[in-house]
Amino acid sequence: MKKPLRWLATLTALLLPIVAMAQQKGLEIDIVGGNASALPITVVPMPYQGSAGAPATDVAAVVRADLDRSGQFRTLPEAQVVERPTRGAEVQYPTWRALKQDYLVVGRVLDAGAGAYRVEYELFDVAKGERMLGLAMTARSSAMRDVAHQMADAIYEKITGVRGAFWTRIAYVTASGRGDAMRYALMVADSDGYNPQTIVRSAEPLLSPSWSPDGNQLAYVSFERGNSAIYIQNISSGARELVASFRGINSAPAFSPDGRRLALTLSRSGNPEIYVMDLGSKQLTQLTNHFAIDTEPTWSADGGSIYFTSDRGGRPQIYQVAASGGSASRVTFQGNYNAKATVSFDGKKIAVAQGAGNTYKIALMDSSLGSPRWSTLSPGSLDESPSFAPNAGMVLYAAREGGRGVLYAVSADARVRQRLVLADGDVREPAWGPYRTTR
Amino acid sequence: MNKSTRVLLVSLLSVAVLAGCSKKVKEQPAAPVEPTPAEPAPVQSSGLYGPGDLDTDACLRQRVVYFDFDQDSVKPEFQQIMACHAKYLRDRPSSRITLQGHTDERGSRAYNQALGERRGNAVNSALQANGGSATQLTVVSYGEERPVCTDSNESCWSQNRRVEIVYTAQ
Repeated sequence: MKKPLRWLATLTALLLPIVAMAQQKGLEIDIVGGNASALPITVVPMPYQGSAGAPATDVAAVVRADLDRSGQFRTLPEAQVVERPTRGAEVQYPTWRALKQDYLVVGRVLDAGAGAYRVEYELFDVAKGERMLGLAMTARSSAMRDVAHQMADAIYEKITGVRGAFWTRIAYVTASGRGDAMRYALMVADSDGYNPQTIVRSAEPLLSPSWSPDGNQLAYVSFERGNSAIYIQNISSGARELVASFRGINSAPAFSPDGRRLALTLSRSGNPEIYVMDLGSKQLTQLTNHFAIDTEPTWSADGGSIYFTSDRGGRPQIYQVAASGGSASRVTFQGNYNAKATVSFDGKKIAVAQGAGNTYKIALMDSSLGSPRWSTLSPGSLDESPSFAPNAGMVLYAAREGGRGVLYAVSADARVRQRLVLADGDVREPAWGPYRTTR
Repeated sequence: MNKSTRVLLVSLLSVAVLAGCSKKVKEQPAAPVEPTPAEPAPVQSSGLYGPGDLDTDACLRQRVVYFDFDQDSVKPEFQQIMACHAKYLRDRPSSRITLQGHTDERGSRAYNQALGERRGNAVNSALQANGGSATQLTVVSYGEERPVCTDSNESCWSQNRRVEIVYTAQ
């Protein structure tokens, strides 16, 4: 009797990680575009050189996927990695020059005791034959994807000079079922869609998640009280607070960069206007006062001004107003329908959902070089809800395909798009979270 | 006599009836309504609406108002529906309506939440203009969150751009 039981236990123990992994992989990845001008880089597989048992995560594969979807890099497919050095002394530069690689990453996974692993890795400039980076990271087995994302961030920053944003999280809303059996969930996942975690479940619609700048809280709209209401919820503890349930709509919350205020849309006056709530005192300041629809506030990175959508000119366009109030000025002049602005950290790029006829695409207005230049980031036809990564290197947005909602991440140069598909149901309302550490 | 004149007359008549009667109007059993499938019957001149009429009256049974894209004006063809529901509100002061505003899926969700409310407000105003009381009416906007049809084409979108008249108290 004891033996079969023990066998069963062993079998269960063996199967459990597989089941867990299958559940974790909620979103699948799919590179749609290509990028011939991206930097060629080889991430050599990083073998496990310990004795306790290899981690479930293929660290090098995660780093490779991150670099690829940024649009800045083109990694050498693993099958073409002809040599497998694991440390600098083993690197033969001529091999990588022959393969026309600009950069090379090698590394290895070691035991760190108590079920933890240590990853040591190095980055090389192939042309110069020089080491650019040599780092080690230690983490528990369950955090190996986090380790890989941080490695990708370090490599990305060393080469491009821009901080990487792979080790970040995204929030989104899923809807499943039909009619009265419709169920909604507010989810948080890694930036590549792995490790999805349910934050709130509801039988009533959920929408408009907004991250607090420290990444610990989400503000969102829920219809669970019959009418729309705004909640702020702590992601790890689940504790939440109802902050707005006025007569009329309670919509589109957005945390200020200092986390002390919340911009939101209320129609308690009879018409949708932008307000700023002091989260300490809950005191409201009305920012707009116009008979048009004013909604979808989003803060500039310095907290000094608020961008919003308004149809005061006849059709929805993006406007800007000082966070202390005053007159608003129009920001977008190209396109009939521009809504739901997301603003880059430096304020130079604004992405919107741009409509023309029945087609809605994500469009980018870039003012880096002075007068604004427009480019199209997505093919349509019903794309919406753009959200910048904290380094503005990528934009996350929602699209409809085959009658359901899917999420895409597109590089800010529009050259690489990656689809993140939930296995079942409808995915919408993406919001890219902040960096997980402050500098 | 064209239809709108008739409706107007009927409305005036019913106001006169209301004004003339004492408050203790005996609740009438649901007046039998001849089914008129093609044309919605004009408001019954015979008396007051009762809860039973909600299921039988051809006009009261119509509880959805449709809108053009990115528009919130109540089109003329829905005036008759406005009139009969407003009359019901007048006839039954304890009755309550929630107006659920909806949009199609195009454009951003938060903007559509505002647009859905505008549509609800437009129907609210139309019902009040026809004699309904503000205290009997509540507007809730669901934006694009509650579509009745989920295909991405105009025939579907036109069904989703709507205000649903929901009686929360009859």
